[in-house]
Amino acid sequence: MTYAATQVYAPTPSVPGELKVIQDATCTFCGCVCDDIELTVKDDHIIEAKRACVLGKAWFLNHSIEDRPSCMVDGKPATLEQGYDRAAEILTHGKYPIVYGLSDSPCEAQRVAVSIVDWIKGTIDTTTSVCHGPSGMAFQGVGEVTCSLGEVANRGDLIMFWGSNPAESHPRHFTKYSLMPKGMFLPNGRKDRTCVLVDVRKTKSAKAADIFIQIKPKRDFEALWTLRALAKGIELDPDLVQRETGVEFSVWTDLMDRMKACKFGVIFFGMGLTMTRGKHANSEAILALTRDMNEHTRFVAKPNRGHGNVTGADNVVSWRTGYPFGVNHSRGYPRFNPGEYTTSDTLANREADCGMTIACDPMANFSQPAREHLASIPFIALDTKETPTTRVAAVAFTVATYGINTGGTVYRMDDVPIPLRPAFPSPHPSDYDVLTEIEKRVKKILGVTHV
Amino acid sequence: MLETFILIPGRTTDQGCGVSEGKFKAKYQTAVNSLQVAPGDMERLGLSEGDRVRLTGEEGQSVEVCITAAKKEELPEGLLFIAYGDISSQLMTGDTHGSGMPTSKGMEVTMELLQKATS
Amino acid sequence: MTSSDYIKISQGLVYDPLHGIDGEVRDIWILDGRIIDPPTDLAIRPSRTIDASGLVVMPGGIDMHCHIAGPKVNVARKMRPEEKRRGEQMPRTDITHSGSLGSVPSTFATGYKYAAMGYTTAFDAAIPPLGARHAHEEFEDTPCIDKGFYVLMGNNHYVMQSLMKKEPQKLKAFIGWLLASTKGFAPKLVNPGGVEVWKSKRAGNVSGLDTLVDHFDVTPRQIIKGVAQAAAELGLPHPVHIHCNNLGMPGNWETTLETMRALEGHRGHITHIQFHSYGGGAGDENTFNSKAIQLAEYVNANPNITIDVGQVLFGETTSMTGDGPLGYFLSKVYGGKWFSSDTEMESGCGITPIKYRNKSLVHSLQWAIGLEWYLLVKDPWRVVMSTDHPNGGSFLAYPQIIRFLMDRTYRRDILKTCPPEILQRSSLWDIDREYTLSEIAIITRAGPAKILGLKNKGHLGAGADADITIYTPHENKEIMFEMPRVVIKSGRIIVEQGEIRETLIGKTLHVQPNYDQAVESDIQEWFEKYYSIRWRNYPVDLSYLVESCVIPTL
Repeated sequence: MTYAATQVYAPTPSVPGELKVIQDATCTFCGCVCDDIELTVKDDHIIEAKRACVLGKAWFLNHSIEDRPSCMVDGKPATLEQGYDRAAEILTHGKYPIVYGLSDSPCEAQRVAVSIVDWIKGTIDTTTSVCHGPSGMAFQGVGEVTCSLGEVANRGDLIMFWGSNPAESHPRHFTKYSLMPKGMFLPNGRKDRTCVLVDVRKTKSAKAADIFIQIKPKRDFEALWTLRALAKGIELDPDLVQRETGVEFSVWTDLMDRMKACKFGVIFFGMGLTMTRGKHANSEAILALTRDMNEHTRFVAKPNRGHGNVTGADNVVSWRTGYPFGVNHSRGYPRFNPGEYTTSDTLANREADCGMTIACDPMANFSQPAREHLASIPFIALDTKETPTTRVAAVAFTVATYGINTGGTVYRMDDVPIPLRPAFPSPHPSDYDVLTEIEKRVKKILGVTHV
Repeated sequence: MLETFILIPGRTTDQGCGVSEGKFKAKYQTAVNSLQVAPGDMERLGLSEGDRVRLTGEEGQSVEVCITAAKKEELPEGLLFIAYGDISSQLMTGDTHGSGMPTSKGMEVTMELLQKATS
Repeated sequence: MTSSDYIKISQGLVYDPLHGIDGEVRDIWILDGRIIDPPTDLAIRPSRTIDASGLVVMPGGIDMHCHIAGPKVNVARKMRPEEKRRGEQMPRTDITHSGSLGSVPSTFATGYKYAAMGYTTAFDAAIPPLGARHAHEEFEDTPCIDKGFYVLMGNNHYVMQSLMKKEPQKLKAFIGWLLASTKGFAPKLVNPGGVEVWKSKRAGNVSGLDTLVDHFDVTPRQIIKGVAQAAAELGLPHPVHIHCNNLGMPGNWETTLETMRALEGHRGHITHIQFHSYGGGAGDENTFNSKAIQLAEYVNANPNITIDVGQVLFGETTSMTGDGPLGYFLSKVYGGKWFSSDTEMESGCGITPIKYRNKSLVHSLQWAIGLEWYLLVKDPWRVVMSTDHPNGGSFLAYPQIIRFLMDRTYRRDILKTCPPEILQRSSLWDIDREYTLSEIAIITRAGPAKILGLKNKGHLGAGADADITIYTPHENKEIMFEMPRVVIKSGRIIVEQGEIRETLIGKTLHVQPNYDQAVESDIQEWFEKYYSIRWRNYPVDLSYLVESCVIPTL
């Protein structure tokens, strides 16, 4: 079946030599998913991306038509049909197939990937598992008090960043959402806000902050629980707090006073919490702290999601399977277990025996044991460019770039769904095209007649 | 006895732009192969810009990388910083402690000089 | 299917309340997905005949208030992995996807389970406009049923601003524009004004219809009346759909009465009214009691009002609501995990696990009050079965509710397991009335179709969508309604004896009222000031609805 939304806003072919302008284009490099980009297109290049940040400009200006075969099998150019056939063969012959990635694919393609995993009784996992997966686990434990980004712009008068460096990971975060906007209830913009940055090093984001708190590395958990205790009026030993967190007790009490006194507090948090000692216990502490603060005032938390459509991946996998990531279908139905079905584990524990990576690069970003195992099993890779992962894939598809060549739907970090407005067509197939063809063949091999 | 440092891998602007330019091109490769050391630590240990060091993790995983001085004030002494990439990945172990997330920040490593930079 | 493919359902006991057919033996003919009059040309032979002798034939069920798709439903799915590990699993087959169940089933599971139970249409009760695109995407993955959704408007800034400025023409145009942009079905008010107050202050809420909402200086009463009037002037097939202020609070029956009065004679639908029917002192659970009699009296006397019940069933479930402050309140009552999200300019939501215990006086009263409602409203065309799935319980509990309504011994047996005090607080024990099958057909099919303005559903006359459910009669009505013998959707046999035989996507039903498009420039100016996405990226293109049908205005 065709997901109709892929046809929405399909790119118009460029007239050679003429400039074309696309308004309200959506940048999908980071979780900000700015949809106010004005693209100037000449032939098959974007030559200008107005309002895009440095990462967005690099994204738009560096994705044209990749001069690579659309399909390589065992390192040699092949036809797409050969690639689809081989891919379906790989996926249906393993005992423990894994599908990983998806965070830079539109929802329409993600849905097909989940279908394939269902038919082959495989395991699906997204880059969430090595990003805010721990935050997802924490949310399953304590919940989350949050809001959309426009609400931050309209009401947030105390903006905290914990373990997050938006200046380099989400460069328009401050201007578009969290610090600069003149909000409905904050007519003076930046002047109506206080910004607090907590991190183990003084990142470039510190310039934007009014208060910078440098904590001891790997002690975020203790620092957050210090704040939790202060929020609940529990007495603490100031020396112990200083030793454990590396920060004077008075700094924490001052911060808590500000947190209690604000009208609408917001904490953005990032990999500084999820990737270090504590992981989901850190995320849980910050989510519980936020919840507790609602006894004093309005307070929300937001994970800064890294990729353009990782939030879409969470949503798609959740609505189809009931679970957000790390979902196994070996028994024919979905089961969830981070640490067992997540890809860092299925690879490092040498359990996966075949797979497919979509819009991700585990050969660059995963641990050595995981990478060694991935390189030893047959898998299919879909990517817009050549990467360490495509180089070792049995079947590598060069795909068109979402948001630049192909349309579809993506979800911003606050779960707001936004359509893509692509700039120019590409001869390469899209993720959606490739996965649809693979699904057809998988169904045929397995005798699946679902329409 | 070698001193222990805490390694913080992270996103940088160059690494982010480099991903879009292509991971085999210069911008990305330079960004992910360059270990930032606090100037105070460099001075104390007699290290200079461009020296090649070996980092060894708690489980013996080790990697060689060239160093560069962090901007003053940005990196506390005792910490090392590098952009996410192959080097940082090599220092991650396979254990995710049941969370799905390998320890990707705050790894304890020892650092030893392998080769002085040729001037 | 070619146009010569006639299907005949032969000799069933037909219940078609709209046409006054009450258990008569009749044939039903289907062609091209629609019910037709039996062909006069006797040479025409059906290509398939379903022998329905001795079987009950009804239109397909319609759930007009449930939470099955969109942002908050999906958060609830993610939030409750622990519910899904044990109990029934849903493995994939060669024709169906796998899914997960619990109180918030995954999308495919939702579609299959509704269909297996004989339901062919469902409406999600509360979608924030900013999340409309998400709801449509999930709908596309919710097979076998037709669907639509109501659009949250009761805390919308433009709505409140137009009321404050006394610009009803702008309000009317806005509602028309919003329904067209979201491809939604009807205006929904959830704790009108209350969620805006929640956003602006700690534990904020409104206490009654005449509380002023911060910043906008309008009252819930003005919101209710204004939207009700606008909906009527737009000719919307379904009127303003209202989740009253003060849900769950002892003494809130007066708020509900005031809400119905605030409609000033305009059509209005009061949803999950069970949760809004409580007497007692404010905050004083010891005086909690049922005011269903008093409220039902008003409903009986005022034909502009329709209700759905919001039945509570004992057991564990998940509360999910656009009523942000309610979510906060419930999380403190139950002490469980709590999700809350405020959507800019539009709405809020709250989610927390809850549990109804028959040993709790309050919970058993809630259960009893729901049943009182069905039994006290005289006109079955104006009372609809719902559990506000999953808030009161799962939609899968509808067969059990049917049994309660048709078997007073069963409901009295359950009453005996509740705290004895309940007999002083609720009149349920004394009610002898038992529903007939025809009345069940009304409150689960014919009635909701009429209230929703769906002329081609809820009946078995010529022109109706061929959405038909065939039941094997059984003395135990729960068993009878749990597993239909055959379910037909759009003229195709999709379920037989609980097993899916065929799947299809189902249509999305939406409205396209005429509205004054000149107001759009004013809406755009307002939008571009404070929304965080672009004006052009807000409306949902029709291509997101793979199959759709515009329901005409009145």
